[in-house]
Amino acid sequence: MTHRPNPPSVPWQNGEMTMKLTSLAVGLTLAATPLAAQDVLTVYAPDYFGSEWGPGPAIETAFEATCDCDLQFVTGDPLQRLLLEGERTKADAVIGLNTDVTKKARETDLFAPHGQDTSDLTMPIAWNDDVFLPFNWGQTAFIYDNTKLDTPPTSFDALLAMPDDVKIVIQDPRTSISGLALMLWVKQVYGDDAQNAWEQLAPKILTVTKGWSESYGLFTDGEADMVLSYVTSPAYHIIAEDDLTKSAAIFEEGHYFMVEVAGQLKTTDQPELTQAFMDFILSPAFQTIIPEGNWSFPAKLDDSLLPEKFSLLNIPEKTLFYSEDQAAAVRDSALEEWRAALRQ
Amino acid sequence: MLELDGVDIQLGTFRLQADLRVPKGACVAVMGASGSGKSTLINAIAGFQDHLGAIRLDGTDLSDLAPDQRPLSILFQDGNLFPHLTAAQNVALGLSANLRLSRDDWVRVDQVLHRVGLGGKEHKKPTALSGGQQSRVAIARVLLRGRPLLLLDEPFAALGPALRQDMLALVAGVAAQEGTTVLMITHAPEDARAIADQTIVVENGRAAAPCDTQDLLDNPPDGLRAYLGT
Amino acid sequence: MLALLLLFIFGTLLAVALRADDLSGLPSDFWPTVWFTLMQATLSGALSVLLAIPVARALMRRSFRGKALLIALLGAPFILPVIVAVLGLLSVFGRGGLLNTAVGWFGGDPVSVYGLTGILLAHAYFNLPLATRLLLQGWQDIPQGRVRLAQSLGMRGMAAFRHIEWPMLRDRAPGIFLAIFTICLTSFSVILLIGGGPRATTIELAIYEAFRFDFDLGKAALLALVQFAICGFVAVIALQTRLPQSAGSGVGHTTLPVLSNTKGIGAFDGLAIFLATAFLLIPLGMMLAKGVSALGDMHGAVWPAAIRSLVIAVASALGSVVMALALCLFALSLRRGAALIDGLGFLILATSPLVMGTGLFLIVFPFVNPTSVALWVTGLVNATVAMPFILRSILPALQQAERDHGRLADSLGLLGWARLRWMLVPRIRPALGFGAGLAAALSMGDLGVITLFSDPQRATLPMEMFRLMSSYRQDSAMAAALLLVGLSFGLFWLFDKWGRRYA
Repeated sequence: MTHRPNPPSVPWQNGEMTMKLTSLAVGLTLAATPLAAQDVLTVYAPDYFGSEWGPGPAIETAFEATCDCDLQFVTGDPLQRLLLEGERTKADAVIGLNTDVTKKARETDLFAPHGQDTSDLTMPIAWNDDVFLPFNWGQTAFIYDNTKLDTPPTSFDALLAMPDDVKIVIQDPRTSISGLALMLWVKQVYGDDAQNAWEQLAPKILTVTKGWSESYGLFTDGEADMVLSYVTSPAYHIIAEDDLTKSAAIFEEGHYFMVEVAGQLKTTDQPELTQAFMDFILSPAFQTIIPEGNWSFPAKLDDSLLPEKFSLLNIPEKTLFYSEDQAAAVRDSALEEWRAALRQ
Repeated sequence: MLELDGVDIQLGTFRLQADLRVPKGACVAVMGASGSGKSTLINAIAGFQDHLGAIRLDGTDLSDLAPDQRPLSILFQDGNLFPHLTAAQNVALGLSANLRLSRDDWVRVDQVLHRVGLGGKEHKKPTALSGGQQSRVAIARVLLRGRPLLLLDEPFAALGPALRQDMLALVAGVAAQEGTTVLMITHAPEDARAIADQTIVVENGRAAAPCDTQDLLDNPPDGLRAYLGT
Repeated sequence: MLALLLLFIFGTLLAVALRADDLSGLPSDFWPTVWFTLMQATLSGALSVLLAIPVARALMRRSFRGKALLIALLGAPFILPVIVAVLGLLSVFGRGGLLNTAVGWFGGDPVSVYGLTGILLAHAYFNLPLATRLLLQGWQDIPQGRVRLAQSLGMRGMAAFRHIEWPMLRDRAPGIFLAIFTICLTSFSVILLIGGGPRATTIELAIYEAFRFDFDLGKAALLALVQFAICGFVAVIALQTRLPQSAGSGVGHTTLPVLSNTKGIGAFDGLAIFLATAFLLIPLGMMLAKGVSALGDMHGAVWPAAIRSLVIAVASALGSVVMALALCLFALSLRRGAALIDGLGFLILATSPLVMGTGLFLIVFPFVNPTSVALWVTGLVNATVAMPFILRSILPALQQAERDHGRLADSLGLLGWARLRWMLVPRIRPALGFGAGLAAALSMGDLGVITLFSDPQRATLPMEMFRLMSSYRQDSAMAAALLLVGLSFGLFWLFDKWGRRYA
């Protein structure tokens, strides 16, 4: 704790302020350093997960109540980080991977089986993966303002047939998980006709953003009539803002399934603690945090335990899904179709 | 004694040669047409201009010394004061480039400022002083440094004739008291007559040996005559 | 110092390339991407400079109350976080913006800015202030003597422009254009907000794609090299076009050379100032208004993040000023020093933040936990990114100080530390203050491209703002954005004021 880096030399000013700033910076750096006495469980997670407004802090509190340990989320793009670090990674577990990238994660051969029973999950598809454990799910959907759009499309075909002055914002499949999901959704609905479908959609696309937040910001700012988001997005407005004007357009063809998973690493130096965390994921203590922490459906929680107002959501009857092998097989050609159609 | 021995300066196509001696304590004017090389000569002595040959002061060769190591002070046409420093600080630089001065040193700074008539102006910045007062600050520094040779590259050219002559008189008086040798560039014959016993004429690529100012100005050689317009 | 910067620039690229399995091929749309990158950067640079000429000229010639404040405010967009600025622009030029509302009143068809138009609009928005400020400097550097000469010769209108202003523009404009061109070359966030789709793909976006979508480090490294190659090419052109600067001393800034003072021109000046002010400040005002109305939603977690960002911003501002000063002093001692500084500036601008972040991660993580050095790395990277602007502001000031007082300092033995302390730093204080202010503001608004180092417990203010956005809390995000803009501008103003206190 006595570490004190050299303050940068500042010739035209007395060094006092610099010193203070330096020690303040050191203080900030050290402030979050854990007490060495406890076991530390390091979990890589996406940025939204660890934030104040994500599910991370509540999960951390709940898990730490069950163990004498310190759960630390390290945020960023977990897969990218893992791929860069390889076997030298300090992570014990990873949470928040999406099925559309799990193939790449699996190929690292860094993951150990989760050891959970996944036969009774509350998801629209069966789950038999013994490495990656789902913890929440949802479906992609276009969200609209029901006070402005009287007749929302009831199918993808209807969306394509809408006049071109109805504008939608979507995310870029090259930079965003939800954008990638949309690309696969279109591919699954239209198959070989996907490029044609994109061409029909193109004039209605206002812009393509890097991530979900920018798109959603443009939508709530009134720039776009519809935004690519999730079936559960209106839940936030209903519960947190008492705002019933945002709805998901439900398509007959079905909606693409998005599930987030967790996995534990073979390389962990505390397998028992890590296993305890994996065991914790499907427990009610964890699962009840999901609906209002992540604004999505928990992987294993009886409907009766969902927040009451979740019943106000429009829920699709049909769910579309590519397994990770299928997704990996089509994604490069689907991207080329997307690119070709939207370049024109 | 200041000796210029086989001094030879080449600047592109321009060339200046000088072989001359200036006795200790003399006040010598340097005259010549614009572009004749007066400033080049002064710069060589001050150490800002490479040259062949030797420049000696009292037998010591200055050629290899850095400008600040040379036993001389110089006043430029402009920029003799740092605008961000006070009068006292500008003077104090003559004692310590780091401005680390003892209490006694600061007393000396005060004394020279008084001596040039700037008592009470110690804490003024140059912009708050008149042109004449600014010149006095620069002179105070020269005084404080106490170097045996003083070079003037027309430092008072921007002042009016009366003020300019006041300043030159101040410099001459101080130099006489301290026994300082002075070399001053000037365009004004009256300035030369007023304080310089001898004059070096620079023309046709040569700096001539000093000769008597009165004689020279009464019977100027052709080049100087054309230049003076008399 | 130089070594550290070169490590940041090339070491990181090397680290990425070494980690790659193989240097595989370029993306399928490589050539269209290169073409689009060059095209948008060229147009953005040209647009910014062309628009800046009448604005800077008008600001130079007109004297009015609040002019200094206006000039300071006009600099604001340059230090805005991209998302804030673009949302502000859209509130004016977007589908539901003021412009289209007005068009709607007159029954016109809505105007869409998404696509190339939007990219150019946003780039002009960010860079017009920079171009204006640099050109204004150019006008101020025209020697007073030359202006008086022109006046005494009765030069007016075109004649005055040709002999006084045109030589200055020919001297300065190409350099300013190339600087903005290079900034826009690596543009990424703007493109991915209002670019409208894959038509608008830049090399930097392709690098991101290589990282994110393909996880192909080889492709990323190769693309980064292409980016360097383009910038290297640009830098060579820049050094060629750089005409020798006139070494005239005696620069007077105080009086306004009112050239070609005719009635029509006066109205034109007024219009230029009015339009520039409206273009730059209305979007900013719209965002601020949104932020103010959302102030009640300011979230408590924003405050510690704000303090953290302030500390990083101040530290990286001081760091980059010290680095820049050291580099410039070194450059002064070299014969081709100015070229070195220019080249370095272009190199830094050409560096892909993604490659730099990833490379740094690869370099440090075998030794320390990247999260534990997050703040230090953020500060250091921010300091580096701000360097080109500081170098550009400090070097000419140092050269000027040496021209004005170098010989005096030599004759008094002001060498080394004493020269720095008593002569150089006081003389270049305005440049230092401006540079530090810019660096602090840029650091403040940095969205943490180096997310690999991010730490959930110690988020910076822009990160916190983004997190609010990604958890549906748009209003709170706008309140945080207001705070961010306020702090950025406040820091810039403080540093700049420090610099000009005795000027």
